[in-house]
Amino acid sequence: MTLITGLFSVLAICALLLILGYIALTGARALTIGFLVNMPKPIGEPGSGIANAIAGTLILISIASVIGLPVGILGGLYLAEFGSNRLGNILRFLIDTLTGVPSIIVGVFAWTVMVRPMGHFSALAGGVSLAIIMMPIVARTTEEMIRLVPQSMREAALALGAPVWRMSLGVVLRAAAGGVATGAMLAIARIAGETAPLLFTALSYNYMSTDLNQPIASLTYQIYYYAQSPYDEWHAMAWAATLVLVTMILAINISVKILTRQRYQ
Amino acid sequence: MKRRGRLADQVFKLITLLFALAIAGLVVLMIVEMARDSSLSFEKFGASFIWREVWDPVREEFGALPFIYGSAVSSIIGLIIAVPVSIGVSVFLVEHAPRSLSTPISFLVQLLAAIPSVVYGLWGIFVLAPLLRDTVYPRIQSAFGFLPLFKGTPNGLGLMTAGIILSIMIIPIVTAVATDVMRAVSRTQPEAALALGATKWEATWIVIQNARSGITGAVILGLGRAIGETMAVTMVIGNRPQISASLFDPSFTIASAIANEFTEATSEIYRHALVELGLILFVITFVINAFARLLVWGVTRGEGKGAHA
Repeated sequence: MTLITGLFSVLAICALLLILGYIALTGARALTIGFLVNMPKPIGEPGSGIANAIAGTLILISIASVIGLPVGILGGLYLAEFGSNRLGNILRFLIDTLTGVPSIIVGVFAWTVMVRPMGHFSALAGGVSLAIIMMPIVARTTEEMIRLVPQSMREAALALGAPVWRMSLGVVLRAAAGGVATGAMLAIARIAGETAPLLFTALSYNYMSTDLNQPIASLTYQIYYYAQSPYDEWHAMAWAATLVLVTMILAINISVKILTRQRYQ
Repeated sequence: MKRRGRLADQVFKLITLLFALAIAGLVVLMIVEMARDSSLSFEKFGASFIWREVWDPVREEFGALPFIYGSAVSSIIGLIIAVPVSIGVSVFLVEHAPRSLSTPISFLVQLLAAIPSVVYGLWGIFVLAPLLRDTVYPRIQSAFGFLPLFKGTPNGLGLMTAGIILSIMIIPIVTAVATDVMRAVSRTQPEAALALGATKWEATWIVIQNARSGITGAVILGLGRAIGETMAVTMVIGNRPQISASLFDPSFTIASAIANEFTEATSEIYRHALVELGLILFVITFVINAFARLLVWGVTRGEGKGAHA
């Protein structure tokens, strides 16, 4: 029986290694320095790159973090410090529900509240839709991390005469800062790989753009776009872009794992 | 001085409450916006939208049935493959593996969840679909081709391929939650059984029995994930709104229909019909997630709040 359940585990890990291995081998073939720093060129022209998509993904992540992290962290602070009542349970339930909402729905929502009133696709709308995905994740991990802070630290701060707000922000949140940052990193890794919410918000853009009011390219959208195209050359670019994206995401996940292991052992 | 401190505390509490409310309020706002934005299609088709089989943007006739069918069947295929594997991995992690092995294995399995959906789609188009088309599907057909489930000429893109991709994508969540609930149930019963001479098999069976409502919750959470999955499915399901008995035929899911057609929706009612599809998807995932959470909480409550996912 150990053998059977062990085999299932091997099977799951093999799936992971097969997918990652294929990405590494195929992606590496098209991955050059030029690919990372050049702009996209028409099909057939050599030296095409995805510099604009890399920049776009970073910009989208920044917008989402600027909006999503403060809201998520303070919301999580409420759940942990004041949320042990009926209202807290209702909010917790709704926030958990939001975590389960398919990301394509978030895209449709961002389209109705951002793109339609503005009249055009924009990086801002894309960033907002990613922020919406981020908020509930950050709020719940923040809550869990703050709950791990020992009660004695709160009591010590209050005994020294600190008001509740200083106790929460200066002592509790600071003590939980490492865990909160970990949660934030994982949330960033999660949104970096999102495509569905960008389809009708950030769309894509063939040139370098830093204008938040305009459509913007992203790695994930480019992968989708190149994969659907009939050109072998673009398929190779999709694999190389995937290698860049997956390396980024796995680097975050693995470094978080290493950091947290050191802290808790 | 003291009063001012209290006032500051009240303001602080209020501010954090506002942020928590803002996140939770998004759920309500989403329902309101989507209901408003699907009114045209709702007025025209009413409840029959759910069981109408026609999807014809040119004649402006819309119905959700082909998409509901595609979402349901692809997710069920995903579950049929993923559930045994996930429970097997969980049993291995909880009952058999030494700690030095269980930590890295569960981390590697969870890494499957870190791979973006669009990457699964890319891999599905260029690796999995050709492989299935050339080697696996012909064999299934030569053995079971008389069944309507396996008729037709598979081109690799269809319900079955989507289901297989989904199974890989939901293994991490089902494994994580099943492992949690199996760790949370009491050890005394299986240990008593072992002391009375039960085999390891029988003791494990007791653990599974005691955790079964939580494991059901894990499976249902996986179902919720599978139904909402968009990019990977869109890329391998073939995108044709039809209800066909054959699992090799192209199909469409609710999520992939929205992803594919939303920006192309030229008429107002076309877009409203797509948003109504989105509303249906929202309600389905909402009910599934709420139900699954109740089941999982029932088992893990002893460990405090914060079951995974």
